[in-house]
Amino acid sequence: MMSTLLDVQNLWVRFPTRNGVFDAVRGVSFTLGRERLGIVGESGSGKSMTGRAILRLIRPPGIVEADQVNLEGQDLMKLSEKDMRSVRGQRISMVMQDPKFSLNPVMTIGDQIIEAYRLHNSASKADAYNKSLEMLEAVSIRDAERVMRAYPHEMSGGMGQRIMIAMMLIPNPEILIADEPTSALDVSVQRQVLDIMDKLVKERGMGLIFISHDLNLVADFCDRVLIMYSGRIVEVCDADKLHEAKHPYTRGLLNSLPRLDAPRDRLEVLERDPQWSEAPSVSGSE
Amino acid sequence: MSMLDVNGLNVWFGKNRDRVDAVKGATFDVGQGESFGLVGESGSGKSTILRAITGLAPNWSGAMTLDGKPIGKKRPKEFFKTVQMVFQDPYASLHPRHSVDQVLGETLHLHGFKDIDARVVKLLDDVGLGQKFRFRYPHQLSGGQRQRVAIARALAPEPELLLLDEPTSALDVSVQAEILNLLADLRNDRGLTYLMVSHDLSVVGHMCDRLAVMKDGEIVEILGVEALRAMNATHPYSKQLLQASL
Repeated sequence: MMSTLLDVQNLWVRFPTRNGVFDAVRGVSFTLGRERLGIVGESGSGKSMTGRAILRLIRPPGIVEADQVNLEGQDLMKLSEKDMRSVRGQRISMVMQDPKFSLNPVMTIGDQIIEAYRLHNSASKADAYNKSLEMLEAVSIRDAERVMRAYPHEMSGGMGQRIMIAMMLIPNPEILIADEPTSALDVSVQRQVLDIMDKLVKERGMGLIFISHDLNLVADFCDRVLIMYSGRIVEVCDADKLHEAKHPYTRGLLNSLPRLDAPRDRLEVLERDPQWSEAPSVSGSE
Repeated sequence: MSMLDVNGLNVWFGKNRDRVDAVKGATFDVGQGESFGLVGESGSGKSTILRAITGLAPNWSGAMTLDGKPIGKKRPKEFFKTVQMVFQDPYASLHPRHSVDQVLGETLHLHGFKDIDARVVKLLDDVGLGQKFRFRYPHQLSGGQRQRVAIARALAPEPELLLLDEPTSALDVSVQAEILNLLADLRNDRGLTYLMVSHDLSVVGHMCDRLAVMKDGEIVEILGVEALRAMNATHPYSKQLLQASL
């Protein structure tokens, strides 16, 4: 069994609303080694909230509770906000869902990547510039020098997402939480970006939490998969056995995909069973 | 009979050292009642073609004809009665402070309809939302419901050609299935013509009769859906795309 980087036990995320407390994540437990762990589910299933809660990025009135969120012996739940800031970016980094809202619109892309690098490394501006260029090329952006002096609105969604990935990887974190990192990209680039992330996980011994709604992608790319539904883990399986998944929710998601090799007039629509959200959460610990 | 004919379309942004040629010499035609797909990687210019057709990208050259009539620099009102667009991101394409009723009502008003009330009711029914959604605001709707509102808004002027810019890429697979089914039903019922942009080959394969593969602003290949399913692409890039999507 590989060493555990992150151990999450009984994680809850709650939001008080006018109509009582809404539980976005309901008692989720899992561990992450030096592996690629996929979390899949629909929007609203709590998969993004799980990722954010680990980094304590949920702001009041939202409440995060957990028995422990253990990062190599350190309980992140007990850290002060100041100590937490040195964890974010440097030890655990997060690629957000939407580059449009995650990049600074009034700063050139070059300046933003350089800032991310110099915040965690003492390097001269020229070194940081070269390192940033290198990183942009590593995420296969053509014409990196033009991109360095461009602003985020001049980029397409796919390019923006690759820039985000470059920015998050440049401080060389131990764990990367990637929240739908490739949903804005097309298949050919998706593969390249995944290959880059794959290489980093292997070479640097990083742990990767890969949050996605794309079942095929997760089956293809991850080692282990947690399937979430309404704030709970309903099924845990090895990624290569995802297509043999048993839970009706997982099966429903798989069946609603259009397929080139099996054309149909109408796609199957998922029928939800209220029982799925009642059943207790499955543990994702190794 | 060709609904839309695009001949040697060029679109560019910026000038001098920052000039980007987004679309270079694109030529294709979409038949009446056909569903035509545009696929390619991001930045390949597929959405830009849609934007050029609707007039959202002002710098273009080449010839475009809609239903036999040439499209000029300035588009008459009738143009927007014939062509409507559904955007990629239902979270960004609806006004956050306008209720569904206002969104649809304003569109109908602008197109000069008189029986707005009855039409709003009908539009909501057509896209499977129903009356209880009529006075909701976008933040009270899920992604799939918002996309249904965006589709209803596009259907309001009773168009013949719908330009679909990645209509499901922001949605979950289960919701994607619902929206794709809805689009297929609407096309059957109303005899609509679709020009659909997507990066997902399996979605295009499901929805379209023919598709054009784009790379770096150029159309490299136009092929039928049968050829796509049989993996019979000739251009190396289309082959690569097919491989990657399996």
